[in-house]
Amino acid sequence: MHRGKRILIKDTGATGPDRTREFYSGFLKHLVEKKLDDAVQPVRVADIGLYDAGVVVHILPDDIVYAGVEEKDVAPIVSQTVCEGKTIKRLLHEHRSLQTRIVLRNCGVIDPENIDDYIGVDGYAAAAKVLGGMTPEETIGELKISGLRGRGGGGYPTWKKWEFTLNVDADQKFVICNGDEGDPGAYMDRSVLEGDPHSVLEGMIIAGFAVRAGQGYVYIRAEYPLAIKRVQHAIDQAYARGLLGKNILESGFDFDIEIRLGAGAFVCGEETALIASIEGKRGYPSPRPPYAAVKGLWGKPTVINNVETLANVPRILLKGGEWFSGIGRILTKGASRGTKVFALTGKVRNSGLIEVPMGTTLKEIVFEIGGGVARGRALKAVQTGGPSGGVISSDFINIPVGYEKLQKLGSIMGSGGMIVMDEDDCLVDIAKFYLRFCVDESCGKCAPCRIGGVQLLRILTRITDGEGRVEDLEKLRTICHAMQKASLCGLGQTAPNPVLSTLNYFEDEYREHIERRHCPAGRCQKLFSYAIDQDKCKRCGLCIRHCPVHCIAGNRETGFVINSEECIRCGRCFAECKFDAIQRD
Amino acid sequence: MIKAFVNDIPVEVEEGTTILEAARRVQVKIPTLCAHPDLPPSAACGLCVVKIKGSQKMQRACCTPLEEGMEIVTHDPELVKVRRTIVELILSNHPNYCLTCGRNNNCELQKLVADFAIRDELYDKIVRDLPQDSSTGTIVLDPDKCIKCGRCVEVCQILQDVWALSFLERGFNTRISPAGDIQLAESPCIKCGQCSAHCPTGAIFEQDDTRRVWDALLDPAKHCVVQIAPSVRVAVGEGFGLPPGTDLTRKTYALFRRLGFSAVFDTCFSADVTIMEEGAEFTERLKAGAERLPMITTCCPAWIDFMEKFYPEMIDHFSSVKSPQQILGVLAKTYYAQDRQIDPASIVMVSVMPCTAKKFEITRNDDMYASGSQDVDIVITTRELIRMIRQIGIDFLNLPDEDPDHILADYSGAGVIFGATGGVMEAALRTAHYMVTGENYKRFDFKELRGLAGIKEASIKLGSETLKIAVAQGLANVSQVLDRVIAAQKAGKPLPYHFIEVMACPGGCVGGGGQPYPVTDEVREARAAGIYRADRDSPIRYSHENPAVQALYNEFLGKPLGKRSEQLLHTSYRARPLYKK
Repeated sequence: MHRGKRILIKDTGATGPDRTREFYSGFLKHLVEKKLDDAVQPVRVADIGLYDAGVVVHILPDDIVYAGVEEKDVAPIVSQTVCEGKTIKRLLHEHRSLQTRIVLRNCGVIDPENIDDYIGVDGYAAAAKVLGGMTPEETIGELKISGLRGRGGGGYPTWKKWEFTLNVDADQKFVICNGDEGDPGAYMDRSVLEGDPHSVLEGMIIAGFAVRAGQGYVYIRAEYPLAIKRVQHAIDQAYARGLLGKNILESGFDFDIEIRLGAGAFVCGEETALIASIEGKRGYPSPRPPYAAVKGLWGKPTVINNVETLANVPRILLKGGEWFSGIGRILTKGASRGTKVFALTGKVRNSGLIEVPMGTTLKEIVFEIGGGVARGRALKAVQTGGPSGGVISSDFINIPVGYEKLQKLGSIMGSGGMIVMDEDDCLVDIAKFYLRFCVDESCGKCAPCRIGGVQLLRILTRITDGEGRVEDLEKLRTICHAMQKASLCGLGQTAPNPVLSTLNYFEDEYREHIERRHCPAGRCQKLFSYAIDQDKCKRCGLCIRHCPVHCIAGNRETGFVINSEECIRCGRCFAECKFDAIQRD
Repeated sequence: MIKAFVNDIPVEVEEGTTILEAARRVQVKIPTLCAHPDLPPSAACGLCVVKIKGSQKMQRACCTPLEEGMEIVTHDPELVKVRRTIVELILSNHPNYCLTCGRNNNCELQKLVADFAIRDELYDKIVRDLPQDSSTGTIVLDPDKCIKCGRCVEVCQILQDVWALSFLERGFNTRISPAGDIQLAESPCIKCGQCSAHCPTGAIFEQDDTRRVWDALLDPAKHCVVQIAPSVRVAVGEGFGLPPGTDLTRKTYALFRRLGFSAVFDTCFSADVTIMEEGAEFTERLKAGAERLPMITTCCPAWIDFMEKFYPEMIDHFSSVKSPQQILGVLAKTYYAQDRQIDPASIVMVSVMPCTAKKFEITRNDDMYASGSQDVDIVITTRELIRMIRQIGIDFLNLPDEDPDHILADYSGAGVIFGATGGVMEAALRTAHYMVTGENYKRFDFKELRGLAGIKEASIKLGSETLKIAVAQGLANVSQVLDRVIAAQKAGKPLPYHFIEVMACPGGCVGGGGQPYPVTDEVREARAAGIYRADRDSPIRYSHENPAVQALYNEFLGKPLGKRSEQLLHTSYRARPLYKK
């Protein structure tokens, strides 16, 4: 029996009390009876990938999923499935899984602080295969077949980066793992670094071998203390096992890895700024060419790959490029292959990290994996690619997700943020939100991004404050265009995307703000006010009790009035009133 | 060679040439605001974007090398629109008080706004109200006018290796300041003023002392005298449309009289005196042996400040001779005052210098008051002199040539070449040779010491010794030379050099921080050529043969390194902290 057997438990019921505690105790009791409590561990988990399926039990590593489990089922699950490996057909959850886990394959499954757990699931087998008998050229060739492209946002073919670096003659070369994940709401890289750090190290070792580098750096943002701790622990273990350092696996290949911490600048995820940051300089991007592959860290050829990209590498080398390239729906020639991890959030019923094959449609992601729009509202748009991504209107919900398609629609894949928006979301407000992030995170080096962003923000603020002018739309487009074309780095070039894409799909909404001083989603607080309809008001006083700024005057005899001057338009009275007496206009 | 096309015009350039430079070769000027030929491209402003056929992106011409077969489009309606928007955006973040700005009519941003015919300000004016920093008394920082092109930071860090200036904060709040948000005077700043010479706008400029000069000139109780530095004479004409290098020495003498100065002196004279003292000092050190060698020149106050802060262990190697400016100041208030029976306290010594650090030098330490009062009272830069000429409405270029007041003005060719890098060394060698061997060196020119190379080296036979010489300009180059000396000293190896000349500014004083805008290598070369022409045409080429110098020693000083010389013409140095607390 596998020593790491686990029983994951989650009550996915939408209503009623959470029953996982009882199930946990039940499993424990039966495991103790069978003297299996050392070998098998029941775990209450926050997410199990299923919804509205009652209590779900997921047995690992056998990957058996039971849904609608009742307390009486606990004993047979332990005696039959855990002990004898038999499945109970009656409980078996048959679902068409839209998810394919390559990058997240080990997250939550193995103990990230135990290298043996990783080795137990074929960990470091790819490194052994590559170091033990492949040439750098063959290694890169396998990546080429796989079609793996950078998962950090740029989407550049990974094999090309490696090949360029391999072909430059230098006394020293570097491999950098970019773990400076900074998109709001995105935590794909963090999950991998925390949950499966060895897969990233293994990817780096293979990269180092393939480009003939001797030193690797894992650049992790300082805001990820657990990731830093786990990666450092993994590095120490790898050294102790001879998987890092001199003569790795007796192959004659030497490779060292150290951690470098980011100091909290989003722009340091941009590779030239990241290099400057490691060199101890101000995190300013620099013009390319020269590319990092030719002149990178300390002027030496350097491969920079994102965490997710590197986590794919061992799997590809172990199972072959053909295997990887077979994952995902073929959209066009040379299209995106493999899987992509997304952080699905926003107005969606089931939010969380998902990993889907390239080519999965937005609709499948939102409505099947995500369980649809929360509270039964109508889908308005999906925002992808983080702060520099774009908003895609619900009209395009059937598009398959991939680098090319998203770009065509004015968005990007980015590092994999995906935010679902419903009819209560104001797109002007959304654009303002994302833009503010980019303005805050602009490094300030180049004029188009530094000043353009602030001016865009001014105009958007004006519009949401009800002071927009008709010519503002043209101004927005002009500034966006200049930023896209003349900003120095990717941050500035893509910062206007949220504005341009919302302008593109929802210009009417902008116009309504400007021409009618009205926010259709009811979000822009300065564009409406609250009043009490005295005919409907029953003078219950509930609104007074909930008003946080005490701007409702009156008593039960005379009736109540909202003082519009003092009202902060929080909407609590509107929500609380049982008689629809609060009017919003 | 790379063959490509710029606006369909075929162009052939060396590999590595940028699109910006290649376009210039075929008479296409792409607008820029941050690019500067002295500096590596920072790619900050984004104005120089061009299109490369086959690509949807726009690329910066300043930092993109031309590649074989490229077809570049430098101007089309879309490019012009993007550039115009960038100029409008920069303008939205720039104050509008051009009329009272030091760079009015000479501002690169102002020129672009005019060229793009920007008539309305489309975007909200957003200017932070940041305080000026005038703590150094030499250069003033006005961060509100800064367009964050990064030239000053690159100059300070890359060209000068001083690292006084850096960017603080980020995004829209980015601003130039010394690290730690301290005042410039508390930073390692050496006051060289190269930042001000490279700034495209009025964000860094020299402290204007012209009003103090007017006040002195208008005061009947004051006896105002003036000195003009070697490199000013070949640059001041640029303010009036003349090409760099035009020698206007005798017109400036006339000018000073018209401005109201009672006596007109020339720093080239005191440069000759410097050589007498320095030559004697070097001869003495050479006799004494390796201990106090190499000797290093000290005419440049920015360099003195740099050495005291960054290389205090080299203080013993510094020549103790004051700079020509200070020597002229002290002689005016002693020798000249005695000769004319004037109360030294009534004399106001004004010097016209190519340099902002000279403003700092005049109160550098107690030795700068050797005459009993402050030896030099006011320093103005070439740029300020040009302003004074314009203020008073003198038709400068049509002035008659005049003579100076000979007592502190007649100079040899050796005195005038102080204004160019290598010049002090060349002048010193001419006289040192005479002092060591008793005869003049058979050639005047030390061509190997001329030109704009960062470090120039030469070996020169001086009697039985072969002297090893180094000339460094631009402080980033100095460290290499000094580190070589320190390494040899530590290893107990023979000295790599006997004599070292250092000038803080690229090109020496002709490229000084107070010289007219703009400054490029072409301009520096042209100014230096003017200086070397003046030397060539000089009837006297050796400092020790200058009759005015000989008279000074006979009548007043005695001999070089004599008691009076030591008292008036020499100074000392001390280690200074990089950061004042």
